[in-house]
Amino acid sequence: MRPGRYLPAMAALLFGTMAVPAHAATIQITTTDLVFAPAEVSAKVGDTIEWINKDVFVHTATARNGDFDVNMPPKKTVTSVLKKAGTIEYYCRYHPNMKAVLTIVP
Amino acid sequence: MFLRLSAAVAALSILSSAALAQGAKPTDPQIAHIAYTAGVIDIAAAKQAIEKAGNKDVKTFAQDMVRDHEAVNKQALDLVKKLKVTPEDNDTSKALSKQAADKLAELAKLKGADYDKAYVANEVAYHKAVNGALETQLIPSASNAELKSLLQTGLKIFQGHQQHAEQVAAKLK
Repeated sequence: MRPGRYLPAMAALLFGTMAVPAHAATIQITTTDLVFAPAEVSAKVGDTIEWINKDVFVHTATARNGDFDVNMPPKKTVTSVLKKAGTIEYYCRYHPNMKAVLTIVP
Repeated sequence: MFLRLSAAVAALSILSSAALAQGAKPTDPQIAHIAYTAGVIDIAAAKQAIEKAGNKDVKTFAQDMVRDHEAVNKQALDLVKKLKVTPEDNDTSKALSKQAADKLAELAKLKGADYDKAYVANEVAYHKAVNGALETQLIPSASNAELKSLLQTGLKIFQGHQQHAEQVAAKLK
């Protein structure tokens, strides 16, 4: 494993980051003690949501209209990119008492 | 419907009367034991359901129950260890375990769709009963702040399970 071998990977990482359009934002939504926070988030199509699950339980972020269904393993962060505009109510399939709203503008 | 209600009422009365009968609110070591026992009971019911259930949603629900209740109980064990509290067996825990063993035996005799419906109906009733006990008795009685907080998280999890169970039950009809 010479250092040179890491170069393509590093380049990919760098360019990967740079390739993201400047206007796309990364927004964090956290689950702690079975609560999505913030409960209401505004975002744009193309933005990335970082779903941070601080609980020891598996959660999901499941759109009521079927637009997305993100699995959130315990103590992990997963990301998803918003593809469609709309005011989306979402919930956790395992704990349907967990509810929040994501407003996505074009 | 009658069965479901009667199970809920029976479980509730056991939860509230046994501890109250002692004339004092339950102590933290007793509360920890009751909460842990409540989780163990639901895990046992779920393991039976994973074996017996025919309906895919019911089986998945049972797997969710095992996963969540094991996670809650692991947190409970970590907490009692940290607090150097030894969970203390008590009349409420004993009554709960006895009732659960009877229910498990009753469910064991059922098959197919009858079993699926009875298991999910009992899950709704059981979580409702435990939530009632948590809200009215266990959480208000807990003295240690960390124990109280874990019970509050437990309540939210159990409320979620109750709603989930109600959704599964509605689909079985």
